[in-house]
Amino acid sequence: MISSAIEVGQTQTPEAILFWVLGPLSVLAALGMLLVKKAIHSALLLAWVMITLAIFYIAQDAAFLGIVQIVVYTGAVMMLFLFILMLVGVDSSDSLTETIRGLRPIAITAALGFGGLMVSLLGRATLGRTSVGLSQANVDGNVQGLAVLLFSKYVWPFEVVSALLITAALGAMVLAHNHRIIARPTQRDLSRARFRSGSLADAAGLPGPGVYALHNAVDVPALLPDGTAAAASISATLKARGDVIDSRPFQLERKSEEE
Amino acid sequence: MNAANYLYVSALLFTIGAIGVVVRRNAIVVFMCVELMLNAANLSFVTFARINGNLEGQVVAFFTMVVAACEVVVGLAIIVTIYRSRRSASVDDASLLKR
Repeated sequence: MISSAIEVGQTQTPEAILFWVLGPLSVLAALGMLLVKKAIHSALLLAWVMITLAIFYIAQDAAFLGIVQIVVYTGAVMMLFLFILMLVGVDSSDSLTETIRGLRPIAITAALGFGGLMVSLLGRATLGRTSVGLSQANVDGNVQGLAVLLFSKYVWPFEVVSALLITAALGAMVLAHNHRIIARPTQRDLSRARFRSGSLADAAGLPGPGVYALHNAVDVPALLPDGTAAAASISATLKARGDVIDSRPFQLERKSEEE
Repeated sequence: MNAANYLYVSALLFTIGAIGVVVRRNAIVVFMCVELMLNAANLSFVTFARINGNLEGQVVAFFTMVVAACEVVVGLAIIVTIYRSRRSASVDDASLLKR
């Protein structure tokens, strides 16, 4: 297997150069998906992997699939992912801490075994066999060839898949439809609930962030009259992201106790 | 160049996706790893179409893309529904059946 890999590395066709540049990059980006903390970075790396796959498709005489890959995956699917990421926001699930003890070593061992099995199987099965290539099948053009197959031999799966698409769209609409079980609270109800809650301090709403006259920013908690920081004044999103500045340097020292 | 090299990349990407599904906790990232596995399988299909010299592999890859699109639509709707009721997108928090 190693000898064949060296042999392949020496053939300097343009496709080989393309492969040896983009192949490692796509695998590295996929590994990065596992290792980066923020979901948004994972999404960007996945988009990169999808673009490299589209280039691979085009390099392998699958022009139609390459374009569809870019339009459907990096265009539509990744856009959906980004929408949902914005909707859900940042929360504790982004942390990389292991919650089930011993899960990570087991997962990595099993994956290494699985990957090794796949690679060794592939090495035995196809290496050394010359590929036929698609120049004959693509004689009338790739799109025309695919269309002939889709609308003759595969016309039944094609129709079934269209039914699946419609069902999925309906299912998403049903799932996303928010059916209200209790009546929407009116402004009067909300106001009453505020005054009847634990402390009267909540009635005026939560304090805004920022330390007046010393540090005026949304990531610094406000100071209460007694000089302590008001934890409720900072947005929960900033806290989850870990972007909050320590408020202790801004706190007033209690000199009255010393005097 | 030997076309089988694409199969090795495909196997690696599939394995990385499988690790991600098991290891990551954010439901959206888990979902993205499933997408990575589907894409890896697609790369295999396209490569096999080239090795065997007919277009059927590409047709199957096309069907896989349609099914993946359906899966994304329904899966993300489920994630949003769970997030709405539980205020969390972590797969560990959805464990009511355990107790």
